[in-house]
Amino acid sequence: MSIKSPLGRVLGHGSAKQGSSHWRIERMTAIALLPLTVWFVWSLLALPSFDYDDVVVWMATPWSAVLLVVFVLAVTVHSMLGMQVFFEDYLHGPSIKCITLLLNNFVHVLTAAAGVFAVLKIAVGGN
Amino acid sequence: MSQRPLSPHLGVYRFGYTMSLSILHRITGVVLSVGFLVLAAWLMAIAGGAESYARMNAFLGHGVIQVLLAGWLVSFVYHFANGIRHLCWDAGWGFEKPQARRSALIVVVAVVIVAAVLLYLFFVPLAVSP
Repeated sequence: MSIKSPLGRVLGHGSAKQGSSHWRIERMTAIALLPLTVWFVWSLLALPSFDYDDVVVWMATPWSAVLLVVFVLAVTVHSMLGMQVFFEDYLHGPSIKCITLLLNNFVHVLTAAAGVFAVLKIAVGGN
Repeated sequence: MSQRPLSPHLGVYRFGYTMSLSILHRITGVVLSVGFLVLAAWLMAIAGGAESYARMNAFLGHGVIQVLLAGWLVSFVYHFANGIRHLCWDAGWGFEKPQARRSALIVVVAVVIVAAVLLYLFFVPLAVSP
């Protein structure tokens, strides 16, 4: 049973029942990113240098690799949800909004895949 | 559809500096999303081997890009600090106007200090060492 009018249901107005999970996941990733970003910035500062060998040694360390993967995934989800709201608020044409939101998801999935693959290649690829 | 009224009606409010922090949170968020693409490209350059990493480092060492990197660092510090403020609101704390103004000031002061320290740590040693 729904209290929506049949017309409202057909037009798709009102809650899509996904608002609360969008909100919750954005906050969950925000909280996760507090320690993760501090760790990431601290790790970069702790690098002996930004020479290739030093960076690879750091990335190949098990905990660095694991935390980098989690970091990349958390940033991806947080950024994807945030940019989604940004586009929803400022793009008003129905088709440009739809295409941009689709591209937003594609770019974020691609970025996440690239980031995770890069870390895993260094960590388990055995150079 | 296009004729529907849009909320919030920003023009009807008297300006308060907390508004600047609000829109800055969104702007730095977008800036950081773009920066994340560069971060992923950096990781991919490392995975690509010493040569691709050297090319990436040369690119990042370019003057304009260095300014962008500094901008991303400051944006991160701001989004981090003001994000904590937002999480406090989400937990139900600090909604009163005097509290919101005070937390805004705390964020600004914290960002100036932390961003200055991080900018120094990241950029000055690089300029000094060969």
